[in-house]
Amino acid sequence: MAEEQKSHLKITRHQGVCIAEFEDRKILEELSISEIGELLSQIVDSEPDLKLVLSFRNVEHLSSAALGMLINLRSEVREKDGQLKLSNIRPQIYEVFKITKLNKLFEIHDTAAQAMQAFAQPQE
Amino acid sequence: MTFVIKNTLSAAKEPERAILQLVRQYGYSNDSCFAIRLALEEALTNAIKHGNRGDPDKQLTIRVFIGPEEAIIYVADEGAGFEPCSVPDCTTPQRISLPDGRGIMLMKAYLDEVTYSERGNEVRLLKRNN
Repeated sequence: MAEEQKSHLKITRHQGVCIAEFEDRKILEELSISEIGELLSQIVDSEPDLKLVLSFRNVEHLSSAALGMLINLRSEVREKDGQLKLSNIRPQIYEVFKITKLNKLFEIHDTAAQAMQAFAQPQE
Repeated sequence: MTFVIKNTLSAAKEPERAILQLVRQYGYSNDSCFAIRLALEEALTNAIKHGNRGDPDKQLTIRVFIGPEEAIIYVADEGAGFEPCSVPDCTTPQRISLPDGRGIMLMKAYLDEVTYSERGNEVRLLKRNN
């Protein structure tokens, strides 16, 4: 399993899937959100057909600006014919997704392993 | 407690820290602290970016009334104000894929009361300690 460390993110690659885990407990500040968005955009740009899992294992707080960044990322991934799945979202944060109905826009799995397995399933 | 700060996200950190420290001292639950932090972040960001339009020469006034039963926070900017009812529903199929417009919705979902001054340049946030 290849591992690389970028600011705000721990990137792991396993069986053709890129797993990006947020390192920050809080994804609130505009500056760090913008940096995270740029890092993820670089990965999306450099890898067509990317299979990407975003793990929220460490995330305890999330702002609407972070949701905006995720929505933009989803669009970028789709434009490049990639796939994006989210995982490890704790209940307090999942509530934010539910309130904004983004739980219906994003594919969310309990764990990164489950998200990886889902890539192996045939697309509906 | 009143804070008058520069219209920057970095200047907003100090009142945010002080408010969260106070609600924790009063024994507000983790869920209440989460709600206050989230709403405060959204209110401050809205005031700085939209209310004062990012103008560094403008200021924010934050008035804080925190007791054991409820926390009330006013965030006022120096902008022209807005009509809260005019903000579109971001959960409709037409708007759900747009990146903006969720701040007020989150504040309302997490707090007991979110109200605006007549001009729309001051928001009042109320969270009960339950």
